[in-house]
Amino acid sequence: MIRVVLPHHLRTLARVGDEVRLKLEGKITPRTILDALESEYPMLRGTIRDHTAQQRRPLVRFFACGEDVSHESPDTALPDAIAKGVEPFFIMGAIAGG
Amino acid sequence: MSGVRILVGTRKGAFTLTSDAKRKDWKVDGPHFAGWEIYHAKGSPADPNRIYASQTSAWFGQIIQRSSDGGKTWETPGGAIETTPEGMPKGESNKFVYDGVPGTHMWYDGTQHPWEFKRVWHLEPSLGDPDHVYAGVEDAALFESKDGGTSWRELSGLRKHDTGPKWQPGAGGMCLHSIILDPKNPKRIFIAISAAGAFRTDDGGETWRPIKRGLHSQYIPDPNAEVGHCVHHIAMHPARPNTLFMQKHWDIMRSDDAGDSWREVSGNLPSDFGFPIDIHAHEPETIYVVPIKSDSEHFPPDGKLRVYRSRTGGNEWEELTKRLPQRDCYVNVLRDAMTVDSLQSCGVYFGTTGGQVYGSNDAGDTWNAIVRDLPAVLSVEAQTLS
Repeated sequence: MIRVVLPHHLRTLARVGDEVRLKLEGKITPRTILDALESEYPMLRGTIRDHTAQQRRPLVRFFACGEDVSHESPDTALPDAIAKGVEPFFIMGAIAGG
Repeated sequence: MSGVRILVGTRKGAFTLTSDAKRKDWKVDGPHFAGWEIYHAKGSPADPNRIYASQTSAWFGQIIQRSSDGGKTWETPGGAIETTPEGMPKGESNKFVYDGVPGTHMWYDGTQHPWEFKRVWHLEPSLGDPDHVYAGVEDAALFESKDGGTSWRELSGLRKHDTGPKWQPGAGGMCLHSIILDPKNPKRIFIAISAAGAFRTDDGGETWRPIKRGLHSQYIPDPNAEVGHCVHHIAMHPARPNTLFMQKHWDIMRSDDAGDSWREVSGNLPSDFGFPIDIHAHEPETIYVVPIKSDSEHFPPDGKLRVYRSRTGGNEWEELTKRLPQRDCYVNVLRDAMTVDSLQSCGVYFGTTGGQVYGSNDAGDTWNAIVRDLPAVLSVEAQTLS
């Protein structure tokens, strides 16, 4: 079971709590997590990554085990701790403003 | 019992203001979608319980919200777990994809820049079908949905107009902010874009032409320029669909031939710069504007918040100030932030960047602050309820 933590505004949009749990097997990557997340919660499509290009929105960041993996390829395998559900995969709104 | 519902879009959420027909005591509900920018919310003329809202965020992009119970509850159309016959999840209510290769338009520095979808500025429900709605977006294009906002299709004849590569963004971006549907001719639509100008289609959106004869802008040396006029807003009274009023960057303009030609009716206004323009529900020659000092000083002249009303279709204007702040007021009123209701004594409403929503239940003679401390107001729309 993969654990995903969404930013506050996307939790509200998807009407979920602090953490989302996704059933996923095989190689666990940002792309497979997002595919599963958007399949389960279609209203999130387009809010984390672009509808067509599938690129991460500029002010959205991904963290795994304390590391910013936003700039990694979306097909890079995530750490075992994410794959085993020990640690959540964090999707965050970047600090932007003043 | 008749009454009024005001839909207010702000920088940090949506609010609904409701009152009975007296319009003296108001109930304020919200914020809906707290923390998100609500560029516009508007109800269907065919079904007042159907409301569409444009919810946007620099972080998370565009969301379309829909209510089918007058704003009590909301949903993202197509956001439920459904699949198409091909097995793909739907959830495409926020999918605004330009038709074909998007191409380029003029950027601020004169170079060409790719068309990029940023947000929905304006939602215009159709006059007869609650599931049919138009969306004006940035970068400028017109979309429509015929399934209640679940999916969107671009009416690309507009963006593919020959002049498209010459369109240039205004300071607020290159937004399609005004959509007017002709109640007597379903094939005719008017739109306006900052800073490309105003356009009209007579064939339901297939082909468009600029409506610009008579418009003059100091910064455009060519008096016959097809595009480039910074149109801030246009308004039409449903009883006279050939008469249009326009608040241009500078100048109040009027057309009596569906935009084929324009003449200035700024008359005795203290400034003819401004953003909103609207028309009395029962008097097609009574129009309202809120003069702003200048294009660099976006606040009322002399720190006095004044609505101006013309009962003669322009040129002769009277200031309306009763119970509006007449000192130290430096707010702005944005292009979609003024509206009227259609009760017998016409109500007029506007919201400010300072978070006040003012209302008048006597066509502008007197005003009251319905609410004073909202986030900056982006849009105000009235629904008259029977």
